[in-house]
Amino acid sequence: MSIEARFKLSKSDFSLNVDLIVPSDGITSLLGPSGCGKTTLLRAFAGLEKCDDGYLKIADSVWQDKQHFLLPHQRPVGYVFQESSLFSHISVRGNIEYGFNRLAKTEQKISLDKAIELSGVSHLLDRKADTLSGGERQRVAIARALAVSPRILLMDEPLAALDSARKQEILPYLESMHDELDIPVIYVSHSTDEVARLADYLVLLDNGKVVATGLTGEMLTRLDLPLARGENAEALIEAVVAEHDDEFSLTYLDFAGGRFTVTRKDLPVGCSVRLRVAARDVSLTLEHQSGTSILNIFPAIVDEITAVGEAQVTVRLLASGVALLSRLTRKSASLLGLEAGKQVYAQAKSVALLS
Amino acid sequence: MFNEADLTALAITLKLAAVTTMILLILGTPLAWWLARSRSRLKFILEAIVALPLVLPPTVLGFYLLVTLGPRGPVGGLMESLGGRPLAFTFTGLVIGSVIYSLPFVVQPLQNAFEAIGRRPLEVAATLRASSIDRFFTVAVPLARPGFLTAAVLGFAHTLGEFGVVLMIGGNIPGETQVVSIAIYDHVEGMEYVHAHWLSAGLLLLSFLMLLTVYGLNRRFRIVQA
Repeated sequence: MSIEARFKLSKSDFSLNVDLIVPSDGITSLLGPSGCGKTTLLRAFAGLEKCDDGYLKIADSVWQDKQHFLLPHQRPVGYVFQESSLFSHISVRGNIEYGFNRLAKTEQKISLDKAIELSGVSHLLDRKADTLSGGERQRVAIARALAVSPRILLMDEPLAALDSARKQEILPYLESMHDELDIPVIYVSHSTDEVARLADYLVLLDNGKVVATGLTGEMLTRLDLPLARGENAEALIEAVVAEHDDEFSLTYLDFAGGRFTVTRKDLPVGCSVRLRVAARDVSLTLEHQSGTSILNIFPAIVDEITAVGEAQVTVRLLASGVALLSRLTRKSASLLGLEAGKQVYAQAKSVALLS
Repeated sequence: MFNEADLTALAITLKLAAVTTMILLILGTPLAWWLARSRSRLKFILEAIVALPLVLPPTVLGFYLLVTLGPRGPVGGLMESLGGRPLAFTFTGLVIGSVIYSLPFVVQPLQNAFEAIGRRPLEVAATLRASSIDRFFTVAVPLARPGFLTAAVLGFAHTLGEFGVVLMIGGNIPGETQVVSIAIYDHVEGMEYVHAHWLSAGLLLLSFLMLLTVYGLNRRFRIVQA
């Protein structure tokens, strides 16, 4: 099943013209610089932006085409706005119940308790919205959106207004929500960081148009896209917990290209994890190094090289088909004689575990 | 203290203010809502019309109302031909005059309050399945509550103080159209300063108490917006 969206609309200073098909499960992120139309596109999903020539199909139901336009309140969406936008005239509980009470009994698939529990707001219910902290407000907004049992959850940079500690407070809730509820999420973001952590599928937008779409892991390592050229270029790797090493307090994670060694994590063997390897933490050697402190070394083949500025290059590597990125100086690349097809060893100095 | 005619005038005044305020809240709310939300390019015309009573001498307004509502006027004539009586010099005529005269004092605070809410809370309500009527009553009206209070009190207080319009279309019929402001005028004309004092002080106190209520309850609101 998929989500099909075609929207064309123009405002005085901006026009949006997209034609999209994205999977109707998992988290799809709309990523792009501010002003690229991400929010407008999200609003169009919710029916908050009118466009004459639009089409929107969520799984098997058409919400909008030439003849029909479901009004916002007729669309089964959960919308989390950038600033939580809680109603200030009612309590937190009133906010969460507002949408829930407007559903027919048969539509109440997610109970109030479930929405409250998943967002971790049970202790806040009797408070007034304006007494909450930024992180709490945003969690209430998420609970409120979940409580309408949405067919699709639309989130407009729900973390943008928060500092990084508050972000860390909310991310786990977003992840558990993703794991427990089978609701597709469209997640607007301008932060590659959040996207790498959360998104399964990525839609890259610029200037009101779709630049590219694809699985997050693939998109991050495509050298023709700005993501892999940026300062924070990185690769995502899906791995499985293979075993724990009690002697050295380490955990081994297997992926198609080999085995990562990381400091001990309390995760069950067999559990899938997502790893993030920054391009600037990956160095290359022509021979397998012995006598190095680096544990994470994988044989790989150079797939593609692209220049980044005057002095640097980004190298795309394939380790048994899994893409990695390495950021090197142009001089190093030249000294190593790097070219597509060359066999190298990738050394990852550090790895971040995302989930 | 108050003689019987004064008390009657006071009762008529309060009744006039109450009826006028009620009608204005009913008519003014949708009007203010439209003015706050509409992007129509012709909106400014309606805004100017609503604000007109702020600057027009009440006697001008009263004069046109007299001409319109009197027995030879279009509305008055129609009423007469239908077997009714012309509206000039009746309580109903006073209500019509007061509604027009106090219109901006009710519509403007409401419009300001609706504008201050912004679109966002209503969009949120829409994504939470609330239809437009539902959104209006469960989000817009509660959030605009300070504006409603201001509008009601200002509409009421302004009607209390009305003189020119009443004089023109209400005449000065004790027991029917004689309101306090005119009774005070009569007392002064008749050199009955004690009565004039009592009525004046009564109106002063009442008006002050009402404004005190508005300012006390919603500090963030300015009553008359520039």
